[in-house]
Amino acid sequence: MPTFDYAPAPESRAILDIKPSYGLFINGEFVDGHGASFKTVSPSTEEVLAEVSEADEQDVDAAVAAARTAYGRVWSRMSGADRGKYLFRIARILQERSREFAVLESLDNGKPIKESRDIDVPLAAAHFFYHAGWADKLDHASLGDDPRPYGVVGQVIPWNFPLLMMAWKIAPALATGNTVVLKPAETTPLTALLFAEVCQQAELPPGVVNIITGAGSTGQTLVEHEGVDKVAFTGSTGVGKAIARAIAGTRKKATLELGGKAANIVFDDAPIDQAVEGIVNGIFFNQGHVCCAGSRLLVQESVADEVEEKLKRRLGHLRVGDPLDKNTDIGAINSAEQLARITEMTEIGEAEGAQRWSPACELPSTGYWFAPTVFTGVSQTHRIAQEEIFGPVLSVLTFRTPGEAVAKANNTPYGLSAGIWTEKGSRILWMADQLKAGVVWANTFNKLDPTSPFGGFKESGYGREGGRHGLEAYVKTGAN
Amino acid sequence: MSTDTRVAVNKTYKLFIGGKFPRSESGRSYEVYAAPRGAKTSRTFTDPAFLANVAKGSRKDARNAVQAARKAQSGWAGATAYNRGQVLYRVAEVMEGRRSQFAAEVAQAEGLSSARADAVVTAAIDRWVWYAGWSDKFAQVLGGLNPVAGPFFNISAPEPTGVVAVLAPQSSSLLGLVSVVAPVIVSGNTAVVLTSQDRPIPAITLSEALATSDVPGGVVNLITADTAEVAPWLASHRDVNGLDLTGAAGVSGLDWGDLEAGAADNLKRVLRPGGSGVTAVEPDFTATPALSRMTTFLETKTVWHPKGT
Repeated sequence: MPTFDYAPAPESRAILDIKPSYGLFINGEFVDGHGASFKTVSPSTEEVLAEVSEADEQDVDAAVAAARTAYGRVWSRMSGADRGKYLFRIARILQERSREFAVLESLDNGKPIKESRDIDVPLAAAHFFYHAGWADKLDHASLGDDPRPYGVVGQVIPWNFPLLMMAWKIAPALATGNTVVLKPAETTPLTALLFAEVCQQAELPPGVVNIITGAGSTGQTLVEHEGVDKVAFTGSTGVGKAIARAIAGTRKKATLELGGKAANIVFDDAPIDQAVEGIVNGIFFNQGHVCCAGSRLLVQESVADEVEEKLKRRLGHLRVGDPLDKNTDIGAINSAEQLARITEMTEIGEAEGAQRWSPACELPSTGYWFAPTVFTGVSQTHRIAQEEIFGPVLSVLTFRTPGEAVAKANNTPYGLSAGIWTEKGSRILWMADQLKAGVVWANTFNKLDPTSPFGGFKESGYGREGGRHGLEAYVKTGAN
Repeated sequence: MSTDTRVAVNKTYKLFIGGKFPRSESGRSYEVYAAPRGAKTSRTFTDPAFLANVAKGSRKDARNAVQAARKAQSGWAGATAYNRGQVLYRVAEVMEGRRSQFAAEVAQAEGLSSARADAVVTAAIDRWVWYAGWSDKFAQVLGGLNPVAGPFFNISAPEPTGVVAVLAPQSSSLLGLVSVVAPVIVSGNTAVVLTSQDRPIPAITLSEALATSDVPGGVVNLITADTAEVAPWLASHRDVNGLDLTGAAGVSGLDWGDLEAGAADNLKRVLRPGGSGVTAVEPDFTATPALSRMTTFLETKTVWHPKGT
């Protein structure tokens, strides 16, 4: 049979105007930070993209002060309708500049352009559009008596969906009347800095959104800052617990979106071909850098061989490579540090006795890459069945009864998401009741929407983002 | 004293764990006194009367209570909302039948006139009725369909968090207690409650009402104890999912921030005490409750399914 190869179809970088260096965005303008600057690289080539300022304590003070002033003088006095109009403007500008954002996101993060173009950027715009409409309707949102903003919100986001996580944080905060100081992840600051330009184009009042760049210590300074009334964090469960400890005994509120170890559960009556697509999407979407990734496949014993065979065949057709190529399915691992973590966890998986498999695929010689990997023969106690790997690594376990599937699925400290594949409606609803997870996808996986609350049970954190529920995190009510 | 005065049969006040009334495993008890009446300088002042030796719960008692609460949780959460509502309403019915006992004990515990104590009992009974009505409504108020941009059915609904440790208010020995316990259990959580330390007797009588009200054993567990001694063990317990710190107000030697920090070990959902800054203040329980007493111990679950032919 003739083989048809894909010709390269790279998206052009010409649309971008990346500056050699970036300052901090405080009070509506870019200023130099006082910390040492650091470089952000393209993980697919290790090319240095730009130098970025690091915010020190003095800079965090300035950003929080700007947010406080903007809150007191402008944003808290503005009508909800007018706040909403600024958010509508931001949504529209994101749509207008969507190609630019998609290319920049793929370059800085390493994710495939088809994902940044079709998922990250449109969803980010949709989040602003959705929340814009809430700004003048908060009294109708069943949030309690007299919903009002906290004031200044400190937000720290991860590197896996830089622009989208920023939208999830900023849109509800602004819609409810808070002002924001946001720190993007150290390895992916560029789309947040480009968003600062969007705020300028939208003529958002200075200080309503402040973007400060830096590493973990900058984030810690921000969340512990006395002038911050509320903290919103997305990232690891370890850091989430440290934040919960740091704000204990204060009146500072927090929402935490943390790790996960989701089970994707496939029953013997499932549509197997669809389930295989769901498994692949569940763990290999965004290189598995997804807190809700379906990193554990629980497959019913009677169809385990069939599912495994079809899964391996499908993985043989995934295209790993240049994130800017429109045909690419799997891009680069975000950083050398994350690559080392994934490598270590997979070595542990082998050492603990699970069987490792990857399709034959050529990885580029520069940059950070990891082939899609499947472990079979995994048991509940293996670390690759318990700990979040945050990479393109799937652990396969089997079960016999629905009760066993539930017990295994729930047997982690996490509780962010879960997947169910079966054609039996009553079983879907029973399983959905039993699973300790904030999001349950039945016969689908990794679907996100601004109207749909997202967040976890147990050690996957607390609070929800998106939907009416997401507003609750940003308002105080009644006498409190 | 005349010879026909009957010698009363005094009760031994014990813990309430898993539907049973054990003594503290520690074998300890502590003395409980009535609240003093009147001003110290006035002629009507009475020295606080000794009421009873009450079981002094320990760390081990608290852990036993967590086990009992865990064991009861899935069954209680799995009961229908209608059923849970009827059970809570039944508590109100049983309390109504024992009004005079509750009123006398509240009067002694809180130093109230009998008229005011009676009003407190009325409010406590009515609070059970108020929460009984919420059992099959909070999911409708807090959940619903999400209009996602795609061919999917998508619905969010609240579920109970699990086992919740509750520090019951120190001053409001009955109304405050009911006001913190009912919102936790109405949704299907189970509770381990540290009662008011110095005013525990109305709580012990409430446990007798609970035991005869179709509340399954283990759904509410009440421990009389030195709050500052036992609370840290509950706050850091890895099988406890939520922590209500309302009763941290007014306990000497107890820093609620330390308890909240302990709760971070497994990311418990924490309801902070009233007040501002580090100061904890016991709220006014006569006001209509805020939904946050329920919502703090609820988890939103969102389920997606494709639509198609």
